[in-house]
Amino acid sequence: MQRVGVFVCHCGSNIAATVDVKRVVEAISNEPGVVHAEDYQYMCSEAGQALIAKAIKEKALTGIVVCSCSPRMHEATFRKAAERAGLNPYMVEIANIREHCSWIHKDIVEATEKAVILARAAIAKVNLNTPLKPGESRVTKRALVIGGGIAGIQTALDIADAGYEVDIVEKTPSIGGRMSQLDKTFPTLDCSACILTPKMVEAAAHEKINIYTYSEVDKVSGFVGDFTVDIRKKARSVDMDKCTGCGVCQEKCPSKKAPSEFNRGLGTRSAIYTPFAQAIPNVPVIDRENCIKFKTGKCGICAKVCQAGAIDYEQKDEIITEKYGAIVVATGFDTIKLDNYDEYAYSQSKDVITSLELERVMNAAGTTKGHLERLSDGKAPKDIVFIQCVGSRCADDRGKSYCSKICCMYTAKHAMLIRDKYPDVNVTVFYIDVRTPGKNFDEFYRRAVEQYGVNYIKGQVGKVIPQPDGSLLVQGVDLLDNKQILKQADMVVLATAIEPDPDVRKIATMLTASIDTNNFLTEAHAKLRPVESPTAGIFLSGVCQGPKDIPETVAQAGAAAVKAIGLLAKDKLLTNPCTAKADELLCNGCSACANVCPYGAISYEVKEVNDHGIREQRRVAVVNSALCQGCGACTVTCPSGAMDLQGFSNLQIISEVDAICQ
Amino acid sequence: MSSEKNCAQQIKEISGADPLKCMKCGKCSASCPSFNEMDIKPHQFVSYVANGDIEALVNSKSLYKCLSCFACLERCPRDVKPAKLIDAARQLVVRQRGKDYLTADEIPELLDEGLPQQLLVSAFRRYRR
Repeated sequence: MQRVGVFVCHCGSNIAATVDVKRVVEAISNEPGVVHAEDYQYMCSEAGQALIAKAIKEKALTGIVVCSCSPRMHEATFRKAAERAGLNPYMVEIANIREHCSWIHKDIVEATEKAVILARAAIAKVNLNTPLKPGESRVTKRALVIGGGIAGIQTALDIADAGYEVDIVEKTPSIGGRMSQLDKTFPTLDCSACILTPKMVEAAAHEKINIYTYSEVDKVSGFVGDFTVDIRKKARSVDMDKCTGCGVCQEKCPSKKAPSEFNRGLGTRSAIYTPFAQAIPNVPVIDRENCIKFKTGKCGICAKVCQAGAIDYEQKDEIITEKYGAIVVATGFDTIKLDNYDEYAYSQSKDVITSLELERVMNAAGTTKGHLERLSDGKAPKDIVFIQCVGSRCADDRGKSYCSKICCMYTAKHAMLIRDKYPDVNVTVFYIDVRTPGKNFDEFYRRAVEQYGVNYIKGQVGKVIPQPDGSLLVQGVDLLDNKQILKQADMVVLATAIEPDPDVRKIATMLTASIDTNNFLTEAHAKLRPVESPTAGIFLSGVCQGPKDIPETVAQAGAAAVKAIGLLAKDKLLTNPCTAKADELLCNGCSACANVCPYGAISYEVKEVNDHGIREQRRVAVVNSALCQGCGACTVTCPSGAMDLQGFSNLQIISEVDAICQ
Repeated sequence: MSSEKNCAQQIKEISGADPLKCMKCGKCSASCPSFNEMDIKPHQFVSYVANGDIEALVNSKSLYKCLSCFACLERCPRDVKPAKLIDAARQLVVRQRGKDYLTADEIPELLDEGLPQQLLVSAFRRYRR
């Protein structure tokens, strides 16, 4: 029989206001095995932990039950406290009487009764606990960063500077991401390329960083500290070692009508291309869908003009398999599609554009060489209307429920830049709220209004109506004047909501990292572990976790790097000892468990077993405890009850159920 | 009229709309073709109901200026349904004058599957007699 101590926490008033803790102590004092029971205001505090340690020593406890908050919150705390007092940490059970009880009940009598029941279940379980010892697993001292935008680059640089090898996998032909498409950056208005490209160069030149562009993650297996990843290097059709980046192939390529992804489809590019002049690596790729050689078999001009002989039409996708200790997701974002917003006439008029498209128009390296002009006729606009919150903050099924966070600031930036460069252009912004929390952000917005004379109107636009003369009629409302406004404009810019890159779903599935209903990756804890995924060894960097601007992204990228470094710095990781184990005598070798195991942890061996004096060769399941994550899928699948989970055995679970039902 | 609070509740029930979902963007008023004819504007309808100021609302001429075009309802990013609130206010007035203009048994034969049901109901209400 165990000698069990029970410790009931008040959690201030969190538990004690709804659960009569004294009554709980009294009710469980006579439970089988219980030799000690007490309550305390904050069991997780140093004083609370000292109470536990004292009781373990004085009463020679062999198991303890802490009735407190969720085990996700403080199981580790109490296990450590028990270990310090000489008790095996796996002899600690938590009865969750906060989240599962006091927080969800109002009636003190009911809640107290339930708390007693939960405590009884935990006591029943701890009576059957056995001391467990964690194993060890190795840590591969290498990190993978998925996504080569500013988030991925910064994370990679920070990890590499700490001395660890980092691979960046980027699906497009160059690193740089969204930031490389931007013109200026708020709130300082410095040129995006001027601050980004040096970082791109630094990453490319860093001896610890290895960049795979035009590549995607194909497969992920393994677990924290020991991931195995297949990276697909898509066929570039250009030999990266031979290419000198001279650019002649792009000049001579006769197929020049493919829409330029980098310019958001506003301009065209050749079939063999680098996305932009400062691309890293400066090695083009052949877009096989638009290449005449690949479509018709004729052409081959790029191969003829290439002095280096780098063009390789026969190149095939290549799979590289690499091991990593940590994986950082930095997959970024895209703007939402505007198919559901016919009222803004985005698909009807070339002069209705998204803000990201305006970045390409304003950018000196963009389609119009930085001249502000209408995309329909190239004329200089005189009246520009900005519409905020297009697809953000929606409760309908057309848009996103969240605030995209960056639009208020970039719109103020656009408005200011336009008024600065073209003082005779009228700029009107229709806004719902102007949200500018951030260092020097509200000052920036006020400058747009007070110094640059941008006309901010509180109200939304109902409709944009293209006129026969090519202008746009904007029908909106001024809520402060309580007037409907009809405004002539010759350009309308939509602050389009952002959403996580659609590929993140695929990647999250491969990583078993959870995502929310908006496809943002979920943090392990919204406040206290914001850059970690609940899946161990997976870290989050940039907009894949939630909307954020460049300063926040860089800060979070550094935080994700620190967490990854903290993992890579360890030589060994303790593994969870709550793993599955097969009873050789009961196993019939049916393979059902191996088929359901998501970690590939179960294999089969032919072994000699001694079944009550009968010696025979049998095919039995064997669990690799380094791979097993203790999910329990095998234990519920096993038809003969041979598979059991240590620390959560079938017997323990049944005894908990019995205690609840008694 | 019964208490204003009660009326506000009735309007919410009839319309199935929740004025508290409104984020005051004004897209309803920006979309409304009858805006200039109205004394109380579509976005104000929402706040009048939210604030329980029903007396002013039911006496407003806006009730009879709404064309039931549903532009506000279609474009509302918060799914507040201003057109249905306006429609419900009209219904409230009608009921308080005596009765519904249509009895329940008359409705099935008036239904045309191609027509939005709300349009039919509000058109009948407006063009009766």
